[in-house]
Amino acid sequence: MSVQAPVIKDLGSSLPESVRRYTPPPRFYPVIATFALFVGMFGAGTIRYEGFSSPQVILNLFVDNAFLIVLAVGMTFVILTGGIDLSVGSVVALSTMIAASTLRAGWPAPLTIIAVLLTGSVLGLLMGLVIHYFEIQPFIVTLAGMFLARGLCYLISVESIPIKNETFTSFAMGTIEVPGGHFITPAVVISLVVLVIAAWALHMTRFGRTVYAVGGSEQSALLMGLAVARTKVGVYVISGFCSSLAGLLFSLYMLSGYSLHAVGMELDAIAAVVIGGTLLTGGSGLVLGSALGVLVLGTIQTFISFDGNLSSWWTKITIGVLLLVFVMIQRIFTRRPA
Amino acid sequence: MTQMSAAPAQATRTAEPVVEMSGVSVSFPGVKALQSVGLTLRPGEVHALMGENGAGKSTLIKALTGVYSIDEGTIIVGGEPRTFSGPAESQAAGISTVYQEINLCTNLTVAENMLLGREPRSFGRIDTREMNRRAGSVLARLGVDIEPRSLLGSHPIAIQQLVAIARAVDIDAELLILDEPTSSLDADEVVKLFEVMRTLRDEGVAIVFVSHFLDQVFEISDRMTVLRNGRLVGEYVTADTTQLQLVQAMIGRELETLEKIERQAEQNTVRATGTPLMEVLDLGRKGSVEAVDLQVFEGEVIGVAGLLGSGRTELARLLFGADAADHGDIQLRARRTKLRTPRQAIDQKIAFSSENRRSEGVIGDLSIADNMVLALQASRGWLRPLPAKTKERLVTQYIDALDIRPTDPHALMRNLSGGNQQKVLLARWLITEPELLILDEPTRGIDIGAKAQIQQLVADLAQQGVSVVFISAELEEVLRLSDRLVVMRDRRKIDERSNDDVSVADVLEIIAGEVRDDA
Amino acid sequence: MRSLTRHTLFWPLLALALLLVVNVIATPSFFSIRIQDGHLYGSLIDILRNGAPTLLIALGMTLVIATRGIDLSVGAIVAIAGAVTCTYLAGSPDEGSVSRAIVAMSLAVGVCVLLGLWNGFLIAVLGIQPIIATLVLMTAGRGLAMLITDGQIITVNNALFKKVGAGFVLGLPVAILIAMAVFAVTAVLTRRTALGMLIESVGINPEASRLAGVRARTITWTVYVFVAFCAGIAGVMIASNTSAADANNAGLFIELDAILAVVIGGTSLAGGRFSLTGTLIGAMFIQTLATTIPTIGIPSETNYLFKAVVVILVCLLQSPKARAALSVRRQSPLLTKGSAA
Repeated sequence: MSVQAPVIKDLGSSLPESVRRYTPPPRFYPVIATFALFVGMFGAGTIRYEGFSSPQVILNLFVDNAFLIVLAVGMTFVILTGGIDLSVGSVVALSTMIAASTLRAGWPAPLTIIAVLLTGSVLGLLMGLVIHYFEIQPFIVTLAGMFLARGLCYLISVESIPIKNETFTSFAMGTIEVPGGHFITPAVVISLVVLVIAAWALHMTRFGRTVYAVGGSEQSALLMGLAVARTKVGVYVISGFCSSLAGLLFSLYMLSGYSLHAVGMELDAIAAVVIGGTLLTGGSGLVLGSALGVLVLGTIQTFISFDGNLSSWWTKITIGVLLLVFVMIQRIFTRRPA
Repeated sequence: MTQMSAAPAQATRTAEPVVEMSGVSVSFPGVKALQSVGLTLRPGEVHALMGENGAGKSTLIKALTGVYSIDEGTIIVGGEPRTFSGPAESQAAGISTVYQEINLCTNLTVAENMLLGREPRSFGRIDTREMNRRAGSVLARLGVDIEPRSLLGSHPIAIQQLVAIARAVDIDAELLILDEPTSSLDADEVVKLFEVMRTLRDEGVAIVFVSHFLDQVFEISDRMTVLRNGRLVGEYVTADTTQLQLVQAMIGRELETLEKIERQAEQNTVRATGTPLMEVLDLGRKGSVEAVDLQVFEGEVIGVAGLLGSGRTELARLLFGADAADHGDIQLRARRTKLRTPRQAIDQKIAFSSENRRSEGVIGDLSIADNMVLALQASRGWLRPLPAKTKERLVTQYIDALDIRPTDPHALMRNLSGGNQQKVLLARWLITEPELLILDEPTRGIDIGAKAQIQQLVADLAQQGVSVVFISAELEEVLRLSDRLVVMRDRRKIDERSNDDVSVADVLEIIAGEVRDDA
Repeated sequence: MRSLTRHTLFWPLLALALLLVVNVIATPSFFSIRIQDGHLYGSLIDILRNGAPTLLIALGMTLVIATRGIDLSVGAIVAIAGAVTCTYLAGSPDEGSVSRAIVAMSLAVGVCVLLGLWNGFLIAVLGIQPIIATLVLMTAGRGLAMLITDGQIITVNNALFKKVGAGFVLGLPVAILIAMAVFAVTAVLTRRTALGMLIESVGINPEASRLAGVRARTITWTVYVFVAFCAGIAGVMIASNTSAADANNAGLFIELDAILAVVIGGTSLAGGRFSLTGTLIGAMFIQTLATTIPTIGIPSETNYLFKAVVVILVCLLQSPKARAALSVRRQSPLLTKGSAA
């Protein structure tokens, strides 16, 4: 056969087989880049600001961004298929509203949680169905979903509604001690559980592999006889579910429901996914990367809060620049013929 | 219509056909793509499916695999009449298809591509280790030495093709359909592919092989079914058939309903003398055309003959800059020129009408008038719009001259018939007053009246001093119009001769490769 | 062609007419226009004036969408235009002078054109998907605007500048006049030159256009510059209306309204044929809707709900799949022919 073995085969022949053969698969490269970026930024912070390297600062990245991690995980599924979901920010707001208003109406907390998660999933389902079966661009459908969810918020109430339910407040105030006298919140645990489940689903189930296949080439996936319809609709359901779960976490974080919560949060989620190394054209990326992307965004915030002189707008500019850099890298990466 | 040849020696051991299609018709709005076509596939045989563009090969394959539903006819698979509602169902029945444009996902690993949708699982999760092992063993069986865990996209096309076949093999296919698998492979890779095909054949798999390379077909196939214009021409045993017979069956001789067009070329005194309008030397592009030399003189019609995939279209695209050549020289009017974009060619008074009318010519949602002036307008730039009067004059003139229906210049292009669309596209180029007009299959799929008009037009243009490169699958047409004849085969120019008393039979022989030396 | 235009504009017009009727029923004086101090006032005038920035951007967006693109960054560009104008004026010694106002506004629009060049470069030259390419500026743009204003809401006092958004000329609000002027210029540029046809041909069939010698790259680049130019004017207008630059809120979500206006106006997001008149109607529809909802006693914030419904309806009407699903499909019995041997 004309196929040659990998060129540098005998370079490390003295090493044991398992070690010699292990190089990280190329799909990990973008995530490694994001991780390096994160470490680099954090290192810069440590050098520059006193107390930056405290473990609690790192933990706070998770505490303050737990909802965004969940949101970015859902968005990753959608973007992996080559779609986009602009509705997530609004769905977060809607979730806080539903939670706050039902709790105020005296619903028990579990029922409220179910109602919120169901609403988000159903919204995602509807958008997915329209996108797949009517072949309308995800952009415009989820834009409509964004308007719809935001409109529903206002329908519930224009005012901010505080959350006073004991289950919610105690959960919100709750902390989990970690060794070293530091703490995290239950929301962090939830977000990490979501992350692990998502990674497992993407890599260990047929559904997950089909997500990648659809993103790689929908036509091919169809001709391979894969369940394209179910997968395409499925990712929007997942994104809707994650958005509503993120909304619950956000309502815990804010302890209120408000129509103006999470305005523009879809952009943060998309930015986190892109910075995390997922191709916006679909087919390549890891949820772990998206979580790292969230941490990078969080680090930018931390930078600004540590530095009294840096203004808040540098957050946006930095995110924009990072987006640009990653989009350019991706462009070079995808242009190279396969 | 079907002419069954005597049973081949090899197939006597197998009685029951894997697939038997008979009387199959498929129609699309306005088009009868297949009319009463039959196909019989036996285990342990490679069966070539042959025909020119539009003959209905891919429609037949898609009818079999359930991508299209059939209007009439029966499909018997494994002795039972079946109708498949989609590729998934036909796959389940043991029919696997490997398409020309490889339908795999380059962003996944080799093993994943082979087993996607059928991944081995344990405890509800995909057993990656088992998956890689299984993929590896199938690859080993086919003699393909690649790492199952590597990304598919990191391998050359040829390997991807073999992975696609490996995927099909893993399904335990009884029938493997290979739709032009060799079109992007080089000679070594083809050898490898054939080895794999033979291995599978000897294991009893029935294989359908679609290819435009005659040598390959004769090398690998046991039988051939030939289609033409959506109809069955016949089934042949390869060993008993010559290349010439096959080419004749594929191209056919159209009934001479066209009135004989006087060959005006003979009065052309300037032909093949003086400085050529265009001269190319060693022009080529990897994977499309190998080094071609060609001279085009003023007022000369050069006919290009050759089967689909022979490089005839690819050559035309290089001459127009639609694809950039990666080697060779182009001289226009004795000056060296680079043609890297269509725009450069248009500025040099070259025009090109593509064979893919729909995807590379027609702007469906614009009017006839806009479609006609597009090329001229593009070269003027947007700031200098064609004056309304000029535009109207040109448009009505050409609607009239080319007898375009409807005559309303504001009618939308997409509502026109194929023949009228083609005339509008010709008008688009004639309006630019080209000195070299490259026509790739300008008469394909259009009615006989429009065809005659277009042929007449070409003759008139040459008379007026326009040089024409005329490409067509219909040899009568090429011979009728051209002053000089270029024959392409296997991406090379294999013959060039002046068109004096060349007969269709001569050309068929050249294409079939049976005449190698000539004057 | 004329009857076709009429046909494609039928639904948007009908929707707009319906909205107006609802308004007249709710407020009988809706159509009345009164003259006060030589200026025209009335609900219709308000709609036109408040809708002017959206219309401006929607005009540019129409051309972008016609080439199969999209520009998400226009909202951020609006904020930057306001920020540049006000910061320049506030920082100059004679804040109120006419010449300063002209320089400030030209500078703002000039900066926006540069931003358009940037977007166009990413899309036409580097070949990045429009939605991603403009996302960069969408994210960073507001930060840049805040950088310019130093995070403050900058108020200025300049008569000429104030006139652009809030003033009157010949009895008509200047904003309306500007929007109409840009509309007219766009119409002339696209329909009196060959630009419109070339844009459409690139949007409908890029490969066929390339083979016909159309410089698709230049055209794509041009439309992104144009939409940024429009956004720049809109940004100056919005800032002028309040004589202040609010980098956070100026032009927030205006990109979505503009896209909506284009889609409602019958230009498909898939590119190709575009209708500037349709976009005009679409922009007016959105503004009228925003006016109508509080008028008929619904909280104005529910505006979003109606927009969502309208987007979905319009898209379903445009989607061939949805239309096919809605219309009854009849299977015509096929002629049976004798099967061949």
